[in-house]
Amino acid sequence: MSSETPQAGPVYSETLTTDQVVTAPSPGRRRRKKEGKPASLWSDAWHDLRRRPMFIVSIVLIAILLVMSFWPSLFTDINPLDARTCELSTARQGPSPGHIFGRDNQGCDVYARTIYGAKNSILIGVTTTILTMVVGGLLGLIAGTRGGMVDTLTSRVTEVFFAIPMILGALLITATFRGQDLGIWIVVMALSVLSWPMTFRIMRAAVITARNQDFVVAARALGASQSRIMFRHLLPNALAPVIVVATINLGGFIAAEAALSFLGVGVQPPDISWGLMIADARNRFLEAPLPLVFPAVFLSITVLAFIMMGDAVRDAIDPKLR
Amino acid sequence: MRKTSLDTLPAEGGLGDEPLLAVDNLHVEFATRAGVVRAVNGVSYSLRPGETLAVLGESGSGKSVTAQAIMGILDVPPARIPKGEIRFRGTDLLKLSDEARTQVRGQRIAMIFQDALSALNPVFTVGWQISEMFRIHRGMSRRDATAKAVELMDRVRIPAAKQRVNDYPHQFSGGMRQRIMIAMSIALDPEVLIADEPTTALDVTVQAQIMELLAELQRESNMGMILITHDLGVVADVADKISVMYGGRIVENAPVHDIYQSPAHPYTKGLLESIPRVDLKGQDLYAIKGLPPNLLDMPTGCAFHPRCPYRQDNCVTDSPPLYEINARRGSACHYWREVLDGDQG
Amino acid sequence: MATKGERILEVRDLVKHFPLTQGILFKKQIGAIKAVDGVSFDLDRGETLGIVGESGCGKSTLAKLLMALERPTSGSVVINGRDMARAKGAELKRMRRNIQMVMQDPYTSLNPRMTVGDIIGEPYDIHTEVAPKGDRGRKVQELLEVVGLNPDHINRYPHQFSGGQRQRIGIARGLALQPEIIVCDEPVSALDVSIQAQVINLLERLQNEFGLAYIFIAHDLSVVRHISDRVAVMYLGKIVELGRDVEIYDKPAHPYTQALLSAVPVPDPEGREQRERIILQGDPPSPANPPSGCRFRTRCWKAQEICAEQEPLLEIRPGTRHESACHFAETHDVVHAG
Repeated sequence: MSSETPQAGPVYSETLTTDQVVTAPSPGRRRRKKEGKPASLWSDAWHDLRRRPMFIVSIVLIAILLVMSFWPSLFTDINPLDARTCELSTARQGPSPGHIFGRDNQGCDVYARTIYGAKNSILIGVTTTILTMVVGGLLGLIAGTRGGMVDTLTSRVTEVFFAIPMILGALLITATFRGQDLGIWIVVMALSVLSWPMTFRIMRAAVITARNQDFVVAARALGASQSRIMFRHLLPNALAPVIVVATINLGGFIAAEAALSFLGVGVQPPDISWGLMIADARNRFLEAPLPLVFPAVFLSITVLAFIMMGDAVRDAIDPKLR
Repeated sequence: MRKTSLDTLPAEGGLGDEPLLAVDNLHVEFATRAGVVRAVNGVSYSLRPGETLAVLGESGSGKSVTAQAIMGILDVPPARIPKGEIRFRGTDLLKLSDEARTQVRGQRIAMIFQDALSALNPVFTVGWQISEMFRIHRGMSRRDATAKAVELMDRVRIPAAKQRVNDYPHQFSGGMRQRIMIAMSIALDPEVLIADEPTTALDVTVQAQIMELLAELQRESNMGMILITHDLGVVADVADKISVMYGGRIVENAPVHDIYQSPAHPYTKGLLESIPRVDLKGQDLYAIKGLPPNLLDMPTGCAFHPRCPYRQDNCVTDSPPLYEINARRGSACHYWREVLDGDQG
Repeated sequence: MATKGERILEVRDLVKHFPLTQGILFKKQIGAIKAVDGVSFDLDRGETLGIVGESGCGKSTLAKLLMALERPTSGSVVINGRDMARAKGAELKRMRRNIQMVMQDPYTSLNPRMTVGDIIGEPYDIHTEVAPKGDRGRKVQELLEVVGLNPDHINRYPHQFSGGQRQRIGIARGLALQPEIIVCDEPVSALDVSIQAQVINLLERLQNEFGLAYIFIAHDLSVVRHISDRVAVMYLGKIVELGRDVEIYDKPAHPYTQALLSAVPVPDPEGREQRERIILQGDPPSPANPPSGCRFRTRCWKAQEICAEQEPLLEIRPGTRHESACHFAETHDVVHAG
């Protein structure tokens, strides 16, 4: 209705700067870098990211989690993979000195297991996210740019994938490849195969929207190559929704891993993952909530950190939001 | 007509000396992230029955916001009306209850928009959308309301109205959609019709059809019409009087003939001179230098001073009031006499 | 550089039909939209040809065909002796240096995620032979200056500029390769009135400075008249009248041109009650199913049987001195009448 209502964006973009009339520099947080040195979207974005508190917090959190994944012994003296550290007689004991998160159903230290569980959970979440983003994103970019037969075929193929329920499909894939001893990679594979169509759809839709904009026509009129149009014009303008969904999905993948572990086809004991721990602790949750609460809290923090990072990156690559 | 218990509703009937609609010293501001935007800064104009007032201005001049304030369709917040009155038949609409305001909106004061496609709901037939006015406001039965819708479609000259009443908006051309919008707006015989850039999205030949239709409807019902536009040609064709807006204020008020003959504000003068003319072909067009003002950072004094060829020192410091040139004309320029005489600063 | 007046563009019998298809995987053609249907004209160096017409008349498709953004169904676009419509690959890319465009909407025609420097410098990235790498920054700044913008603003993004300034950026991008022809597709219609004149003056100045030839597509007849040497009027995919600006505006021979001119509101209220108005009935027919014979006959007050049977050709008609496509062509000064 009120299409001409001055809202945040259009009003100041219309009137922000002038050439004939000298006005004050643009209001807002944009840094006034020395003019004259060539800038690009990515260097500007990086410049901007370094100054965003949300990005810094999320990067610090992610760094801690990564260190935790690869050098868990820095955080705890107990090695939970060693069965001798568990004492069945102390099962579900509350926090005590040396065991600040208490003990789980098997009498193992919850804190040490949570630390050691980070590796599998984060590895599965991050690699699956990257794989779906690369495969789904690239295919979506190509299908959206090319259109026509390429688009029709790939789109029909993804629709087939959408028909497969996630857990059931993953169950089938992991069960088939069970004998191969692929460890957590079988979970990564199963989840990636089933989830790239989602990223594909989002990328494709975003690319199609961008493709019809005049600036793409202008680039074609200049004689720009197909790949230049894809990577210089379409990708930067279609990336935002993909990043948002990818970071949200990351949490979903860690949770899906938990579900698969619970069903007995994901990470196998004695390996540890947050999903496995949550699955384990569910049965006795009312008696002993802590063995479930701690891995769940770590899981939430991880997901939150990645979502925050995704948000910050999305804003940084949109010059209007800087 | 459904009667309301509120006795504050504007009376119908004779007006005497009172204008039909009077906007008086209206201010509208918007709270945005970057600060308060003063979109409308003390706008006053009035309208009599059967009269056409053209409000001329560029984007950001406040012309549409004023209209939305009259209709009561501003989103509050972020919008706020800190000062001013909008008197319809002597009653200040801004003081009415929401319920009474709803009674006025659409029934007594109606509005048509630039973009007819987005103003119509794509999933309902046009007949349903037109007849909705009668079902809701007049409590008519479905069949009666549909019959009225066909009648209205005939009145706005949609060919084969009877057959097309069950078509959807996308099945109509741009001009026909605008006719449907007009049909909806005049359904309840409003006394004031506000047309916000009604023909901007249309082709010239269709624009001519729509303007003719509006003029005819106005003659039939003696509506007062506020035509909001940026097109000096359309204004010259249909308006009785003009209010030129710039930076949220009215900078010039005048009967239509006077303003084209001898503008009294440098902005109006600049606009008129920048129209391409046959005898000046091959020469540079006159161009108002600079850009429209930033609503977040308005120039001091007169908002037009950074672009004005008549600027003197006091223009930078003193905001000009709307000087009265004669009983029917006003100009918000300290040097309106010079502008009228044509001596450049 | 060759002299002014030399022919640099010849368009012959240009046709573009967009197939209408049905079905998702196996498409079946059920008809065609005849967007451009046999258009021919020439353009000389330094000249401006205005093209006017209403939405759906095919003027935007014509622009796309001239820019080789669409392949024509048939016909040719010959630039300096070579047919651009048939060119491919490296040859087409080289030919593009000669013809560039300025688009209508300054808000969508600039990539929001590129800096102004990157936008104006992109032509040099694509045609690397035009400017050595070290030179590009300076060239971009020169271009900014040429179009009246501050050369220090190369690191800003489009949203930091107003509509008129963005249109200047689009013009700078079009100039970068030093083309001989610029196709302007409604270059001022999205701008505020007070800004339109600035941009038109800029276009005229650049034309004089660089000897550019313009194809100026617009629906605003007064703007077209101001800038054009010759004007073509299009209706439903065809040129119905073509002539020098004074001929088209003062002595229009085709009824459609007359209706179009009389429909334009005159920015002068004097004598508005007496002004002659030809108000056409209805909307233009669909280009998917144009009327037989003369395409304008369904809305024409002069139409007779012959108009349905025989298509009028674009030619000089008795009593007129420019080309028109009407069996009953007759000059009639609508603008000055009354």
